[in-house]
Amino acid sequence: MTLQDIITSLSLEVVTPELDLKREVTGGYVSDLLSDVIGNSYEGNVWITLQIHLNIVAVAALKGLSGIILVNNRRPDAETLKKASAENIPVMTSTLPTFELVGRLYALGLRCR
Amino acid sequence: MPEIEEGIFFLTGKDFTNAGAASSSLKAVLERIGIPKDIIRRTAIAAFEAEMNTIIYAVAGMLKYRITDSEIVVTIQDMGPGIPDIDLALTEGYSTAPDYIRAMGFGSGMGLPNIKKNSDRLTVNSIVGEGTTVEFMIKLKDEAQ
Repeated sequence: MTLQDIITSLSLEVVTPELDLKREVTGGYVSDLLSDVIGNSYEGNVWITLQIHLNIVAVAALKGLSGIILVNNRRPDAETLKKASAENIPVMTSTLPTFELVGRLYALGLRCR
Repeated sequence: MPEIEEGIFFLTGKDFTNAGAASSSLKAVLERIGIPKDIIRRTAIAAFEAEMNTIIYAVAGMLKYRITDSEIVVTIQDMGPGIPDIDLALTEGYSTAPDYIRAMGFGSGMGLPNIKKNSDRLTVNSIVGEGTTVEFMIKLKDEAQ
């Protein structure tokens, strides 16, 4: 499954439109604690969080994550977007709360791996 | 690969804008000299956690690395408050981070445990009121293999 497939299925808004979205998504991870994501996510995972500050991009780049989905229609600040573009980490937003969003990702076939 | 590769990066406390830059640069060095991917991953994770500890708690610090044929040694030395009880600080879930740091998703008490998990040796030396030195080593050659 590619990131673009997920974006289309869940009507996500892409806030880093210039980045390539055809990348493969290996699974998903949900957490708002950065060290938890660092310790337990897998390369290629899409990360679901409510954190919007620019350090989320550093974490995603460090782990080789396929992208970040922000929940509850949270908007990243300008610095986060700039860093996301520089680090080639796509950032999407969803109007759904975390529980609803993750349920739909699971239904699409994504698992934590 | 050259016999020894070493370098140093400087860290500034509370500089969240550049947080992660040193470990990201170290990761680029490891990629350039052809270190195996899994070792790069472990080194980058441990370095990032140590770097963040300096950014969160200290006034300033530095990250030094030394890569030989057999190992990667990363030393992060800070001018910070120091750690009164190192064993407690190494306990997963223990944190002294203030609320605004926790609100950013840091300070979950997983930093030092993450470093320990991803390295082959971790030493933490600290003097309260002066600073902390965290050093971790990751083997490049495993005798068991």
